[in-house]
Amino acid sequence: MLFLWSFKQFLMYAMSNVIKIKKGLDIKLVGLPEKRLHTLSSLSSYGIKPTNFPGITPKVVSKIGTEVKAGSTLFYDKYNPDVVFSSPVSGKVAAIHRGERRRILEFVIEPDGKNESEVFKKENPENLSKEEIKENILKSGCWPFIRQRPFNITANPNIAPRDIFITSFDSAPLAADYNYIVKDDFSAFQTGVNALKKLTEGNVYLGIKAGETANPFSNTANVEKYEFSGPHPAGNVGVQINKIKPINKGEVVWTLSAADVIIIGRLFETGTYNPERIIALGGSEIKHPQYYKTLLGTKVSEILKEQLKDNGINKRIISGNVLTGEKISENEYIGFYDTSVTVIPEGDKPEFFGWAKPGFDKFSISRTFFSWLNPKKEWVLDANIHGGERPFIVTGEMEKVFPMDIFPMQLIKAIIIKDLDLMEELGIYEVAEEDFALCEVINTSKIEIQKIIREGFEFAIKELG
Amino acid sequence: MKGLEKYFEKIKPNFEKGGKYERWGSVFESFETFLFVPAKTAPKRGAHIRDAIDTKRLMSIVVIALIPSLLFGMWNTGYQHFLSTGTDVGFWQEFLYGFIKVMPLVLVSYIAGLGTEFVFVYIKKKEIEEGFLVSGLLIPLIVPVDVPLWMVAVATILAVILGKEVFGGTGMNIFNPALLARAFLFFGYAKKMSGDKVWISGLEKGQNVIDGFSGATPLAQFAGTTKEQLADGGFKIFDGLHNNIVSAYDMFMGWIPGSVGETSTLMILIGAAILVYTGVASWKIMLSGFLGASAMGLLLNILPDGMNPYFELPFYYHLISGGLAFGIVFMATDPVTSAQTEKGKWIYGALTGVLIIIIRVFNPGYPEGTMLAILLMNAFAPLIDHYIIRANVKKRMKRIKVNA
Repeated sequence: MLFLWSFKQFLMYAMSNVIKIKKGLDIKLVGLPEKRLHTLSSLSSYGIKPTNFPGITPKVVSKIGTEVKAGSTLFYDKYNPDVVFSSPVSGKVAAIHRGERRRILEFVIEPDGKNESEVFKKENPENLSKEEIKENILKSGCWPFIRQRPFNITANPNIAPRDIFITSFDSAPLAADYNYIVKDDFSAFQTGVNALKKLTEGNVYLGIKAGETANPFSNTANVEKYEFSGPHPAGNVGVQINKIKPINKGEVVWTLSAADVIIIGRLFETGTYNPERIIALGGSEIKHPQYYKTLLGTKVSEILKEQLKDNGINKRIISGNVLTGEKISENEYIGFYDTSVTVIPEGDKPEFFGWAKPGFDKFSISRTFFSWLNPKKEWVLDANIHGGERPFIVTGEMEKVFPMDIFPMQLIKAIIIKDLDLMEELGIYEVAEEDFALCEVINTSKIEIQKIIREGFEFAIKELG
Repeated sequence: MKGLEKYFEKIKPNFEKGGKYERWGSVFESFETFLFVPAKTAPKRGAHIRDAIDTKRLMSIVVIALIPSLLFGMWNTGYQHFLSTGTDVGFWQEFLYGFIKVMPLVLVSYIAGLGTEFVFVYIKKKEIEEGFLVSGLLIPLIVPVDVPLWMVAVATILAVILGKEVFGGTGMNIFNPALLARAFLFFGYAKKMSGDKVWISGLEKGQNVIDGFSGATPLAQFAGTTKEQLADGGFKIFDGLHNNIVSAYDMFMGWIPGSVGETSTLMILIGAAILVYTGVASWKIMLSGFLGASAMGLLLNILPDGMNPYFELPFYYHLISGGLAFGIVFMATDPVTSAQTEKGKWIYGALTGVLIIIIRVFNPGYPEGTMLAILLMNAFAPLIDHYIIRANVKKRMKRIKVNA
């Protein structure tokens, strides 16, 4: 029996395209969300943050006081007016918060309870032309869910992509389980895939988590499936592209996460912009880690109600996961692309001779602390960076957690010295900030690597015009 | 420790911008972060959790790995001294003698080096970089015990300034600072750094030394072996009194003359185990270094020995004599000055091993080659990396051509 079973397993593996990611790191954190869903309703406000879209210059359409419906345009991109950003809910624009030099930070929408929606095309994508599909996605405000590489920015609708890549799992610590998210929405996901399929001459690739029985994404039609096994960042779409069909100079590919494809699918199934999201709430500072059904742009305090532990510790609320997310205050809104909220201790306390302690309780991928005695430990990690910033000293550490065929430290150095040719040669077109998140976590010199990568993108975009 | 924390909090404003001692801010900060891992937390965007390791931890692991060699070196200093005077004083007396001889070297190296570093901390207005914590202990371990202290101070200061700070500090240097300090000593004060007299404490002064006692290192004796001696029973080396043969076991254990910390291969291997297990130093460089040296040693055995009897030395003698093991484990693995790509580390290590043997055997003037080999490979490391990286670039460019 066992033999037959393993033979079947073997056949399953041999027949599907399994790609094994060897370099990487799964950090086990305390506070994994339980598969329990709580539906939030009648919230007091929603927020959309233009800062979630690097490279976009927002031009306001709906000024303060404007009545909007779900799917009404709030703002568009100055340099690409077809790319519009919509209100998730029907109500009115209550505030537009601005920062330095009047840069728009967020649109706040107060719902009116009427649940009115703008009407878009409700049609099976199979019966629509490429142009009609594009127009429907653009007008509804679903377009920003599509991002492009190079540079991990909102896709330019005027450039046809070589291929489209979708990742169907998030491998970051405490991330939402997409299998759970898609459970009741698989038909919307498939519809979204069908729509995207028409937007490219190339393929739609779907990255699937390997070795799971009953993975709903295995049934997806109209895509080329690749299974990925191994630690984070196996779920990063950039890693998947690098293993399936790397991006070359001059090529553009589009990337999406499965959670966002669902919203695009709903557009074609219902003819409305319905950005309902299932958000995972986790982390060591949460009483009952679980899932919430709500709309995109939910205020984080709504999810955190009676969920923060009262232990007197300063807390860090992160929209997203601990590797790539953004620190927000309780009054801010969950980010556009984020499907999780994580709360960890802030760790803003000095530690006497912290670097010299045996460190049975200190997390490290090196064995310089005695915590290696306990490899299965679930960690409570805070946001302290545990040291001062230094020039690069240690070599070879990033390579342990960076699975792409790229020299991570050399690329970072090329960005620091602003050598565009060198960045290009070393593969800047293939990466995103998130692909370097683990490098930043384990870096001995405490260098802000993801920030440097974004600066590299901005520099390259400016230079290339 | 709350009191100390409060005290630092209290005096801190004086050193901050606009404070009374603003100019000493970076110096203050260096001390503060030495005592306390700062409360600094991750920025708004980016990774919110971080590995507990920092450069202080990193460097302190290397220092721990060096301690077996240091302690053994202290004992051996005493042991060799009393051997030369023909007195049997027992373990603790020997250790104490060595402790008194070696400690000043350690102190001078740290005081001169860290002093220089702090001058640059003051000038650059940047917190101290921890690199010298290791260099400061390496320097006393790679010099003969009787080298005058002022020479150590001069060489250390020069190495820190010319070897490191002119390039921008730790992480930017091309050559290993500790080896550079040794090179300054070697070329500047050659008499104190080579020959048969410098390796044993007190030998040069000659007081109470037994008549005819020789302080020649095994390596010097290998190099000095003549064809006739070789024909007459192979390589035979003796202790200072010429009445005991020094075996490979003795050399491996380390009770032989040599620089303070380099003699005991066993203690060096204990250090190597610590470095490799903690992940602080590259096992690839160490392994390929020893393999490269062995391969070159074996190759010389095969070559016709007409020119040089040294060719015939069994390869494993190379590994346990001189500074080879110490150099490969503690100096060649310096992440800043060695190859930085993983493939490059194999090549870099192997070439270092090969070069050590080549310089040893082919240079008639001086029996050791470790220092020069590693410094030379420091200079070549960027070239090795360049070719490894170019191969990756070529692969990327080829993809475009295939597609086009």
